Amino acid sequence: MTLHQRAAGAIRRTLAVARKELRQLTRDRLTLAMIVGIPSLQLVLFGYAINLDVRHVPTALIDRTRSALSRQLVAELEATQTFRVTRAATDEREALALLEGSEVGAVILIPPDLDRRLRRGRGAEISILADASNPTVATAVAAAGQGFERSLAERTARVPSGDGAVAIRLPRGDRPVTNATPDLVRPAGVRIDVLPFYNPERRTPVFIVPGLVGVILTMTMMLMTALAIVRERERGTFELLIATPVRRSEVMVGKILPYLVVGHVQVGLVLGLGWLLFDVPLLGSALDLGLGALPFLAAMLSMGLVISSLARTQFQATQMAFFFFLPSMLLSGFMFPFDAMPEPAQWIGEALPLTHFLRIVRGILMKGAPIETLRDEVLAILAFLTVSLALAIATFRKRLA
Amino acid sequence: MSATGRVIEARGLSRRFGDVRAVDGVDLDVERGEVFGCLGPNGSGKSTLMRMLLGLLAPSGGTARVLGCEIPRDAERLRPAVGYMTQRFSLYEDLSVTENLEFMAEIFGLPRPRRRERVEAALGRYALAPFARTRAGALSGGWKQRLGLAAATIHEPELLVLDEPTAGVDPQSRRAFWEQIFELAGLGTTVFVSTHYMDEAVRCHRLCILRDGRRAALGTPSALALPLAARVVELEVERAPEAIAALAASPLVASTTQLGDTVHVLLHADAGPARAAGPELARFLTGCGVPVRRVAPGAPVLEDVFVALLRGERLGEAAPP
Repeated sequence: MTLHQRAAGAIRRTLAVARKELRQLTRDRLTLAMIVGIPSLQLVLFGYAINLDVRHVPTALIDRTRSALSRQLVAELEATQTFRVTRAATDEREALALLEGSEVGAVILIPPDLDRRLRRGRGAEISILADASNPTVATAVAAAGQGFERSLAERTARVPSGDGAVAIRLPRGDRPVTNATPDLVRPAGVRIDVLPFYNPERRTPVFIVPGLVGVILTMTMMLMTALAIVRERERGTFELLIATPVRRSEVMVGKILPYLVVGHVQVGLVLGLGWLLFDVPLLGSALDLGLGALPFLAAMLSMGLVISSLARTQFQATQMAFFFFLPSMLLSGFMFPFDAMPEPAQWIGEALPLTHFLRIVRGILMKGAPIETLRDEVLAILAFLTVSLALAIATFRKRLA
Repeated sequence: MSATGRVIEARGLSRRFGDVRAVDGVDLDVERGEVFGCLGPNGSGKSTLMRMLLGLLAPSGGTARVLGCEIPRDAERLRPAVGYMTQRFSLYEDLSVTENLEFMAEIFGLPRPRRRERVEAALGRYALAPFARTRAGALSGGWKQRLGLAAATIHEPELLVLDEPTAGVDPQSRRAFWEQIFELAGLGTTVFVSTHYMDEAVRCHRLCILRDGRRAALGTPSALALPLAARVVELEVERAPEAIAALAASPLVASTTQLGDTVHVLLHADAGPARAAGPELARFLTGCGVPVRRVAPGAPVLEDVFVALLRGERLGEAAPP
């Protein structure tokens, strides 16, 4: 047999499995209900019911002064626990790229003349750009920034100024930044200006809905294929299927293909409803979103197949799917801000495709980021897909018992 | 694969499930073009044996070669040449008759024009055309089984493995089914079929009787019955049920079967020849108050073989024809 004939045979068998799956899926009312029902229900439930809290926002620093004073200021800002400076940027463009790629959630910009202006008693302005596509991050950044400004104002007011040596004293380990005096005095002090970027009104649904796309896909895609092989086992069709020349990889890919279409329908459904009910925008390109969703869908479907090969009953398969689903939901940054999680939890989170898909879908939807800037996230998902598909093929045995 | 010779060769084939020996040291040779029957009560290991021969279950011991392929090592190489019908209907109930046949044709790699031709032929041959668009799940037992056979033969396999294909199917459908089997065998297909119907088993070219996973007998149906030739007596009586109740107490009798007014008796292995034992049984019955009209030695049937084997008798294996 030539290579060409072999490939033709493989494609024919794969498509046969795919066509069969598609036919079965369109004839099963429960599956159809799951495809439409689960996303709609979750969207409404989550869209109206979620609120969050933030710490350790990864922050880029543009320090144009580079003085002891500016460094002290940054250290103080970090001491509020809201910011964690992870990157240094040379200019705004670089910082914005980091913000757009979700590498950081905030940018601190210290102007070049900080020391001079403070010494002359003219007051200086430090800007903090916050990624308000995540409104909880934006709110936290704003609160921290303003709180910090007040505590600075208090302290600088008590320092005699004018002799030119040090305009303000910023002792480390000061008292908490909250509960400052309500009417602020701003005598030649530091003014902190927080600019919400992306999602300026900071509405939670705008943040939640794109994340929900990922969560819903994780659940439905995984369940669809998790049941796919167990169902054949329970109905007795498995024994005949494995007695045919169909290869393991052909069964796997054939079972995944129709659901890639289903997954994209679900993306459209959730975003359409999100737009109707919560005015969630799509700033980026729909094509990019479709492309970005593809590896994620395939990864979730493969994960479902791994489960399906291991489970003996549909009940077991459902349980195992939830075993994977829960950490995905909790550790991906959907429920809790990723950067506030303890480090081990973040490691686990980084291994979950949902974490990366959330960055993709939020980036494209809310920031209009082109897919190229999200390349690392796509690659991470592709890596997971490769491993899970290989695992699915390896765990699927053309054997009984 | 040669055109003649052995299609299946099993040596000491065994399979354990925990402590249970489902199949225990079975030797088998199946020749090309044979309809080879596998007879045994439920749980005697028929399905397990078939699954091992198909490479769907790994044996715990012994070896098997099927169509020249070492099983289970070369099972994948064997697949295109084998058609399989499982005991339970295992096509897709939510697909139509045609869709199921097309699926099987595609999976077996038939190119498109050939595929259409084969599906059409199958619909015709098995009279499934009126149900072409009916969902398989909506078919009755007999039609499901026809569809099963049509699907199993869609790729014209050299070897057809049928696991109790007629269980729970009406007699007319069973007859039609066996006609199809012989037609396929006539075209050169080797058929390995399990059953627990005597009337079907007796039609096979050769037969292997399994008991508790072991091969209890192997040979042509007539050869298998040979050792029992002098052990059957037929008694024509007035009241057959009473006669059967009375005979149960006789030490000469192994088993009885009622055929209308006649009682078919299989004698105990050590009861002596039927010629002598017959009149003795007649006298015994008369003594019990059951009048006997006629007594004569009878011909053993496959059921007698089966009963004797189930009683644990060793009949001595008949040589293949």
